[in-house]
Order: sequence, then C-alpha cells, then structure tokens
Amino acid sequence: MKRRSFVQASLALGSVSALGGMVGCANTGSIPNKARVVVIGGGYGGATTAKYVRMLSNYQIDVVLIEPQSAFVSCPISNLVIGGSKTMADITTPYDKLSGKHGVQMVRDYVTGVDAAKKTVTLASGPSIRYDKLVMSPGIDLMFNSIEGLKEANTSGQILQAWKAGPETANLRKQLEAMSDGGVFAISIPEAPYRCPPGPYERASQVAHYFKQHKPKSKVLILDANQDVTSKGPLFKKFWADNYQGILEYMPQHKVVAVDAKASSLKFDVQNDVKADVLNVLPTMRAGSIAVESNLANVNARWCGVHYQTFESTQAKDIHVIGDSIMIAPLMPKSGHMANSHGKVTAAAIVAQLSDMAVNPEPFLSNTCYSFVNDKLVVHVASVHQYDAKDKTYKTVPGSGGVSTAPNELEGVYAWNWAQNIWADTLL
Amino acid sequence: MVYTSISFVRFACALLLIAGVASNVYAQQSADALNQRVTAAMCANCHGTDGRTVEGSAIPALVGMPKDYMLLQLKAFKDGSRPATVMHQITKGLTDAQVNTIANYYANIKR
Repeated sequence: MKRRSFVQASLALGSVSALGGMVGCANTGSIPNKARVVVIGGGYGGATTAKYVRMLSNYQIDVVLIEPQSAFVSCPISNLVIGGSKTMADITTPYDKLSGKHGVQMVRDYVTGVDAAKKTVTLASGPSIRYDKLVMSPGIDLMFNSIEGLKEANTSGQILQAWKAGPETANLRKQLEAMSDGGVFAISIPEAPYRCPPGPYERASQVAHYFKQHKPKSKVLILDANQDVTSKGPLFKKFWADNYQGILEYMPQHKVVAVDAKASSLKFDVQNDVKADVLNVLPTMRAGSIAVESNLANVNARWCGVHYQTFESTQAKDIHVIGDSIMIAPLMPKSGHMANSHGKVTAAAIVAQLSDMAVNPEPFLSNTCYSFVNDKLVVHVASVHQYDAKDKTYKTVPGSGGVSTAPNELEGVYAWNWAQNIWADTLL
Repeated sequence: MVYTSISFVRFACALLLIAGVASNVYAQQSADALNQRVTAAMCANCHGTDGRTVEGSAIPALVGMPKDYMLLQLKAFKDGSRPATVMHQITKGLTDAQVNTIANYYANIKR
C-alpha cells in the first residue's frame, strides 16, 4: 500500500516534468526547482508576500516566513482596544492558515544576520537558511534613545508606546482604566514620516470618547512635533471641536526631548514641561532593526531605498524591502494596507524574476485608511499610486483619492469589514 | 519479493531524478497572466482574496461578478453617477485597461 502510493506519486511528478521539456514560449516563464523565497516579518507586508508568492507561483516556489510572534496582532483597529470597544482577541489572527492552506513554512524565530553575498539568513537559534530571494518586512524600529529617559521608562512599563500592537496595547488600556477621573492622558507624536500618519489622532479620539463616557473630568493632550495634524486634519479637528471640547486639547510644534518618569512629565525643546497621569510617547521611527543592521537603511540612515517597480533594495541584489521600512514615494503612507499592496507587487515581481519573465511594467498600489473618531463614526483617506516608468517612482493620479466628507456610521461598518477582509487576504 | 521491491525503488528514484532536473511545467504562466492576477489582487485588500469576502461583509464579494455589470459599476463610480464612500476616489486612479482587467478577472473566477 505504502509502496504503491510512493510509486504513483513519483510517476505523477515524472510525467509532469517530462511534459515541461516540450513546452516553451518566450513570454512564458518556468520556475527552477527548489527556488526559495525567505520572508522576514509576518506583518501586513511579509505575510501577504509569503501567501502571494505561493499563490502567484501556483504553489511552485518554496516560501519560508520567519516571525518571532505566535500570532498576528493588527495595528489597525488596535486603537479601539485602547478605547475599550474592541478586545485583543478581536485583533489577533493565528498564522496556521499560511502553513496549512498555503504551504508557507513558518519559522518562529528572529533573524540575527543576513549574508547578501552567500544569500543566507542566520536565525537567533543558530541555523542558516539559504534564499534565492529575500523579502524584508520588519516594520519599524522605535528610536527610544532619541528621547532622554524613555528607554528606561518604557522597559519598566511606565511609559508605553503601544505602536507595535501587542502586550503594550492591552497594558495601555489597563493604565487608562486604572486612572482616576480627573486625570490626564498625554500622547506625543514624532515628526513625520512615522508609521500610520492618522493613528495618533485616532488614538487620542478613542481615549477622548472613553473619557467622555466614563471619566468626564479627565483630559486628553496631543503633543505633536509636526506643524499641524498630519492626516485627515480638518476632519479630526472639526470632530474634536464638535464633540470633545474641553476634553481634548491639540498642541502642535511640541517636540519631546526627554521624559521624567518620576515626575510623570514630558520635556520639550522649547515649551514648558507637561505633566500627565498616563503618558504615551511615540519616539522617532526608522526601518526595522534587522534592515538597519543589514546596511539596507541607506536614506538618512533611517529608511531603505528601493527600486519601486520590484521593491528590490538599492543597496543589495535579491533583497526586497517592503512596508513601513522603505523610503516612501511621494504621498505614500506607511500603512498596513500599503504594506499589503507592496507585498503583492513584490510577490509578482519575484515570481517573474525567478521564472525569467519580464517584470510588470506598470504596477500600481492602492491604499485605504479608516480612522474611528469614536466607537462608531469613521473617516477615511484613500489613494491610488501608479508606477511612473520614466521617473521610476509611484505617483498618485490627479483627481483620484481623497477623504470622507464627514464622519459617518456607514464607513464604521466598512472599516470593520475592511479589517476582517484584509486580515483574511493577508493571513488566511 | 525482495528483488521486486528493489526494482520498484530504482524505478521510482529514476523518475524522481528526472523530476529534479526538469523545470515544472505546471508553474508556467505568461507574464501577462501574472500581471493580470496582481492587478486584480489590488482589490483583494478590501474585497477579499480572489474577491471572496468574510461572512457577513458589507463590502461586496467580487467573485464571479458578471463582467458587463462590474464594468458598468466601476464606470458609474468613476463618473460619479453611482454615489460611493471610497470607490469614486479609487476608480479615478485606475486606467481603463486596469478596470477591464479587474472586471475580466473576477468574472472568470467560479464562486
């Protein structure tokens, strides 16, 4: 019984391969046996790439996805956990379908080194893995050392970032629940570019909504290093004026230079200190640390330059960098949706390159980003980014894209369905 | 009995060797087909992989949607005759060729 099925399997493999020798077409590619793509990072970018390399190669390219976490925890919607209308379970999706349904080999580990010459990555646990193509999607690195005292205050659990969704998301919620009515929540925002431009304003709105319902004497302070609200500004500011007057205060051009954990206060380059009961400090961001350590962050030592048609690094051949780590094209946000789009364009480019086919000359990217201003009302920003072969970059199409006319409940429904559908598109 | 077993194994190994050397024909597809798949995949972020949404999604599934109907809707979003929350903004960013590719792709996937 065993022997027969082994022979049958061999026969099937043999006959298909024999046929392979007879078919040939200049515009048709075939994938060399045992081509292997290694993906670092199982977020929106990396998980999408892993799934779509498998799908677009008709399951012929081996894909290894290296991710230290046991499950995907979404940054989009995580502000609703902080606001109290969603739970950690709502934003968590296991990785098992990537392996079970799509045949992605999951490796739960960190990468400690990349050898671009030998084309190998080394895992924290010791072994090395060879690749034909490497995709780096490590997200962002929070530069705690850019703010004096922050690293210690974050390590002790006192001052959270909760910008990488996970335990800190739940802990920030706990801090808000523990805060007595009449307390102050302060969130500081670094200079753009940073992950998720509207995210800090959505978070402030969520906390203001929670305070309005449950702790009406409390205050939300937004301390923004930027000149003005960096995304959906008029929509946020109108909603705050109409709904969170006396609760939420927005202060632009406030650049945090130090934190005083003992006094629970923020220090600025110009203004007086601000004291708050719950501090949420977002430091300057850069490409994920493995990308920086691999010398791929060749723009201001912060972001990774890429050839936008394929997302191949401008620094190293056969290494593609996607998602929040890249040096963005004009008007391109650092968002989960955008990382998912990067992942698909990159997956198709890799399948084409490994199959000796021409790479898509006109890739494009879509982006939709929803922000909840309370537990039900939502505003969005949408954009389409077409590749411009002449200037070798992505450009938004004049007249396309835009924002909501006003916060509305219909988009609240769409926003939640967007999350469910993109989680499925990325992971299931 | 032993002899038979060995010849089976030899035969199987020979086939495996052939398989190892040759390329996989079932991996073959045209560059055009690949580009069409990734163009259509730009809808999947919201409308689900291959146009299949999660259960209960208010965002419509695109799988198996008749091509003519989808072309009409996308055109109506683009010229503003069909009101929308985001689709009027997205469609204005797509070329006619991309719209056609998308409509064609989802029409040809079985529900």
